[in-house]
Amino acid sequence: MQQARPIPRTLIHLFFVVLSLAMILPFLLVVAVSFTDEQALTQHGYQFWPSDFSLNAYRYMLDSPVILLRAYEVTLLITVVGTIVSLLITAMTAYVVSRPDYRYNRMTTFYVFFTMLFSGGLVPSYILVTQYLHLKDSLLALILPVLLSPFNIMVMKGFLSKLPFEVIESAKIDGAREFKIFFRIILPLSTPALATMGLLIAFAYWNEWFNAMLYIDDPNKVPLQLLLVRTLNSIEFITANSDFAQQLGIDLSHFPNNSARMAIAVLAGGPMLVVFPFFQRFFVKGLTVGSLKG
Amino acid sequence: MPNKASVALSDQTRPSALANAESPPAGVANKPKRRSFIRRELKHLKNNRELFLLSLPGLIYKLIFAYLPMVGLIIAFKNYRYDLGMFGSKWVGLDNFRFLFTTDTAWRITRNTVLYNAGYMLITTLGALLLAVLMNELKAKYTKFYQTALFLPHFLSWVLVGYIAYAFLNHSDGFINRLLISLGMEPISWYQDSGPWPVILIVVHLWKAIGFTTLIYFAGIMGISGDYYEAARIDGATKAQMALKITVPLLTPLIIIMLILSIGNMFRGDFGLHYFIPNNSGFLYSSTDVIDTYVYRALREVGNVSMSAAVGFYQSVVGFVLVLVANGIVRKINPDHSMW
Repeated sequence: MQQARPIPRTLIHLFFVVLSLAMILPFLLVVAVSFTDEQALTQHGYQFWPSDFSLNAYRYMLDSPVILLRAYEVTLLITVVGTIVSLLITAMTAYVVSRPDYRYNRMTTFYVFFTMLFSGGLVPSYILVTQYLHLKDSLLALILPVLLSPFNIMVMKGFLSKLPFEVIESAKIDGAREFKIFFRIILPLSTPALATMGLLIAFAYWNEWFNAMLYIDDPNKVPLQLLLVRTLNSIEFITANSDFAQQLGIDLSHFPNNSARMAIAVLAGGPMLVVFPFFQRFFVKGLTVGSLKG
Repeated sequence: MPNKASVALSDQTRPSALANAESPPAGVANKPKRRSFIRRELKHLKNNRELFLLSLPGLIYKLIFAYLPMVGLIIAFKNYRYDLGMFGSKWVGLDNFRFLFTTDTAWRITRNTVLYNAGYMLITTLGALLLAVLMNELKAKYTKFYQTALFLPHFLSWVLVGYIAYAFLNHSDGFINRLLISLGMEPISWYQDSGPWPVILIVVHLWKAIGFTTLIYFAGIMGISGDYYEAARIDGATKAQMALKITVPLLTPLIIIMLILSIGNMFRGDFGLHYFIPNNSGFLYSSTDVIDTYVYRALREVGNVSMSAAVGFYQSVVGFVLVLVANGIVRKINPDHSMW
């Protein structure tokens, strides 16, 4: 029964091992640079193995951890609040749309889905948020613009329509109102779906930088991703203008410019890179349901 | 349709609802038709009231954050001034567009946006299909590991990928330039030379997106019944034949959905990729600038709201037409595959 294989398995394995390395090694370069002595960096360039191991960059960062901690705080806050509210509204909307006996089912679906196909674009949204809602420099500007994605609603609807309709029906016979059915029966029954969806939403909030770039100027409200954007730009700015640096009293020869930059990337991005892969199967579940016509 | 039946059943348990749904109350019967229609509709609304209320927060949210900005598209035809506001600013007709299309800017950002998206779509789809088919040849315990490795970049924000790209491309100390020097070659000013950027952007996109897409197709393959392969094996088919004659045809609906989605997004440039990876370097705009980065810069760095709005208007409208056309074509070829 054994067929001759056109490609031996070992070759496929080799291919995937090389590919996996190509995926992982770039991270290691960043980590390695953050642990390399600044002098060695200018001498030997960025290497995958620190030629002169040093914790200087981290010492610099952790000497004044306020900025980093504050950024973590902001990101955690918007992630937690955003995820809870977003999850609730997503589930509510998706549930209503998933009910085949709801009279405005198709109308609502169209109303939501249309926003995926056509949008006002950046400028009108920007003017709405800054001029009419007055959310400039408010954390709400980080939460609201991405609160309810049509795509998530479709994915959630896919989950919810798999629940047996008899459950809803018998609850109705028992005289339960719709609110009670949703909160007491539907939500508890769909905990796995909610967990998946919640993770996708949390992930989006954690990695959100676009709205921060648009709406946040106040240094006290900078989330992690925006801190990363600022760091990339400001260190560049300081080194490009040594006069400016002197005015600020920064001694450039001792400032671990390159390694500090990478150290921030590691401190800000590292933890998530360790946490999220554990939930990978949730991501897979979410995206496959979504792509298979939710 | 068991659902339809159960609807009727549940309605019977609430006699009042059933009575009201079809036959209007006796008093209304003689009134003009229009009136009774409204009444009936109101009754329906009443019966569906609680579900409607459940969806209300979502509806209001979309009204404010999705439909109101559509009204804001009129800014494209105005000379927008912050002090005068959206409705107070003066109409200027097509002036904002004239500037745009008399320079080569519109052509450049349109070309970049469409070509890059087409390139990403094509290369990622082919690569992911190949990887998914190959992965299917391996035992599950190995694929788990490879999947995790491939998926890892997906968890990074584009900002962080920007840092990684910088570690490689940085002119004086970057890994690639040092490698070039040690090989006796001239270092390249990556952030000033626009030539290699199409390749760099495609590689970076592939690096970040391939794991995600591969997993979608791999999950699709997992869903194909083993019977097909069993039958093919008995008939003496080779692995390659099975891949081409069974796997790919059965994945077609999935592939087409993915393709329509990306054609629909053809006019939306990947802002993160095109902003952070080239480090927003002005030297590179000719080959890295897409509509989204242009609109952002016009709004936030140049501060020209009207011009930015004009480009945004162009993007919204053409993008919308593209989705409609893409779906129309697919529906013509095979109605089952279209999105609506």
